[in-house]
Amino acid sequence: MPSETPDPSRSEHPDARGHFGRYGGRFSPEALVAALDQVAEEWEKAKNDPGFRAELDALLRDYTGRPSLLTEAPRFAEHCGGARVLLKREDLNHTGSHKINNVLGQALLTKRMGKTRVIAETGAGQHGVATATACALMGLSCVIYMGEEDTRRQALNVARMRLLGAEVVPVSVGSRTLKDAINEAFRDWVANVENTHYLFGTVAGPHPFPALVRDLHYVIGEEARSQVLDLTGRLPDAVAACVGGGSNAMGAFAAFIPDTGVGLYGFEAGGDGVTTTRHAAAISGGAPGVFHGARTYVLQDTYGQTLPSHSISAGLDYPAVGPEHAWLADSGRVTYRAVTDAQAMEAFRLLSRTEGIIPAIESAHALAGVRELGAELGPEGVIVVNLSGRGDKDVDTAATYFGLVDGGEDGSGESA
Amino acid sequence: MSQTTLQAALARTKADGRAALIGYLPAGFPDPDSSIKVIEAMVEGGCDVVEVGLPYSDPTMDGPTIQRAADTALAAGTTPPDVLRVVEATAATGAAALVMTYWNPVERYGPDRFCADLAAAGGAGAITPDLIPEEADEWLAATDAAGLDRVFLVAPSSSDERLRLTARASRGFVYAASLMGVTGTRAQVSGTAEKLVARTRDAIGDGGGLPVCVGLGISNRSQAAEVAAYADGVIAGAGFCQRVLDAPDLETGISAVRSFAEELALGVRAGRS
Ligand SMILES: Cc1ncc(COP(=O)(O)O)c(C=O)c1O
Repeated sequence: MPSETPDPSRSEHPDARGHFGRYGGRFSPEALVAALDQVAEEWEKAKNDPGFRAELDALLRDYTGRPSLLTEAPRFAEHCGGARVLLKREDLNHTGSHKINNVLGQALLTKRMGKTRVIAETGAGQHGVATATACALMGLSCVIYMGEEDTRRQALNVARMRLLGAEVVPVSVGSRTLKDAINEAFRDWVANVENTHYLFGTVAGPHPFPALVRDLHYVIGEEARSQVLDLTGRLPDAVAACVGGGSNAMGAFAAFIPDTGVGLYGFEAGGDGVTTTRHAAAISGGAPGVFHGARTYVLQDTYGQTLPSHSISAGLDYPAVGPEHAWLADSGRVTYRAVTDAQAMEAFRLLSRTEGIIPAIESAHALAGVRELGAELGPEGVIVVNLSGRGDKDVDTAATYFGLVDGGEDGSGESA
Repeated sequence: MSQTTLQAALARTKADGRAALIGYLPAGFPDPDSSIKVIEAMVEGGCDVVEVGLPYSDPTMDGPTIQRAADTALAAGTTPPDVLRVVEATAATGAAALVMTYWNPVERYGPDRFCADLAAAGGAGAITPDLIPEEADEWLAATDAAGLDRVFLVAPSSSDERLRLTARASRGFVYAASLMGVTGTRAQVSGTAEKLVARTRDAIGDGGGLPVCVGLGISNRSQAAEVAAYADGVIAGAGFCQRVLDAPDLETGISAVRSFAEELALGVRAGRS
């Protein structure tokens, strides 16, 4: 369908109304249209305003610690068919993940719009922590919606947000996870839109969020592209990232999209496997529909009711995906694959033991994917993988998973 | 195009010199057969029009009461075919039946097929709270082909330009949200509603004749009267759901629903006297 899915490397996207081919757009209540327009217009102005750019760049450098490193992982690479594996170290950012890139930009935008209150959703807690951090830094009041189920899975991040001065509201309706936290945040926004900005955490939602959040993460791939050229003298064969809503992946991919020789790979959360009912792989195992304000791939039943998602990683436990990914998938520019909980946990442990870097379980999905990719590319291959976050928040989950609590080992302790 | 049952109902109440009473209930709440009984009580109590809700897993425009009602309906296994069956029963009472639905279930069903089946069930059309006219090309075509009404929403935050756009796309009536917020009963109807209705009428222009109905927050007779003084229809939903949720059994709930409809029906008749 060439007219439906134009070549992403050659076109300005999205269009003026936020469409990526047949995906994206704005399926939201009329009451929010004025606020969405305001965010879109303000971002258009801000991104072309040298003063705004300078302020954001200074924060990214002096507060976040950018540019983030590109670290070669040779011992891990031995388990990836020998291909060279380069880690884009978003885990080293202040607050421990890529999320801070988006949050600082939108927090500055909030102030530019004259709003004083910020709301956000969070799954793993990383976006909530980053948002609470930026609000503390900029003196904005902050309310974080989090599924009750996730407040239990990520109790430490709840405490972290409260330490930073944010109010954390556990959401006990629906499936009590990320999607319900987003529903609740939209309900808050409709009622308080006068003074409140909804600081959306990924490249999903109604226009302009998919484009805005992508633009704010563009720096990931932009840095990685010049770092890999410096290090290897050429472009990589592949860029890999995990895909929940898809923000770290869009950030990693965007600068490489015009480089048609660079393969782009998104790894979705396959849970128990995409052929089971327990996964969160919207592209690999879902169908096009409308969800949270955009047309995109979504896990849904025959009647269009959203199906519950499952992933061992709270940050990927979302039944849809950003609309630009849906478009990139249909166009063939990006390949999406699913990685199971078990594969991700194995890669999680492998990186920890081979490189002394404990990744976020989200990022471990990309690492598991790279093991396969490396085998396909062989020893000549060069792969950049976005290490979207660090695993401190996941130590509890990993300890339970591997039976590490009473000093125990799980028995399979082959030295890596 | 011949007049829909909704258009006829609103013409009739206008000729009577009063606002229409429009009640909302999710189909399948508390289960499909019981929801038909509840709706019959709403009509006996005086509802001129019934919005039959299509329960959806992610109702971002609804407050806790309607969320609970929709969750109950989904837990009872309610599907779009059940909703159409409730529409058919509603139309059989003599009230005009409209579906209220988030967009994805319609997209999944197929807009053309949905409209054909809705028309066959005797439905007059549908309200789509998360569909704005810019995204509605397929919906406009499907409702045109089936001769159905399509109701879009306007909000206090809508610009004059958007009011015109939305009014042009709407058929049956325009739904004016009385306040910035989600569904649910409120102690007071906000003062912004009257202004929004006036702005919407300006946007519709002379000779348009498209009715403007007001919803969100209306929960008693005096609020109904207050809104009926300036709107063509008064929409109440959470109040009906709440009465069913609060009742110890279905019979009690149904009689509470009937009395609530009677109370609101007095309100819409008092509005212009
Ligand atoms: C470290 C990390 N990576 C990835 C994600 C998934 O989000 P996205 O797909 O938007 O990058 C999260 C979300 O919480 C995260 O914390």
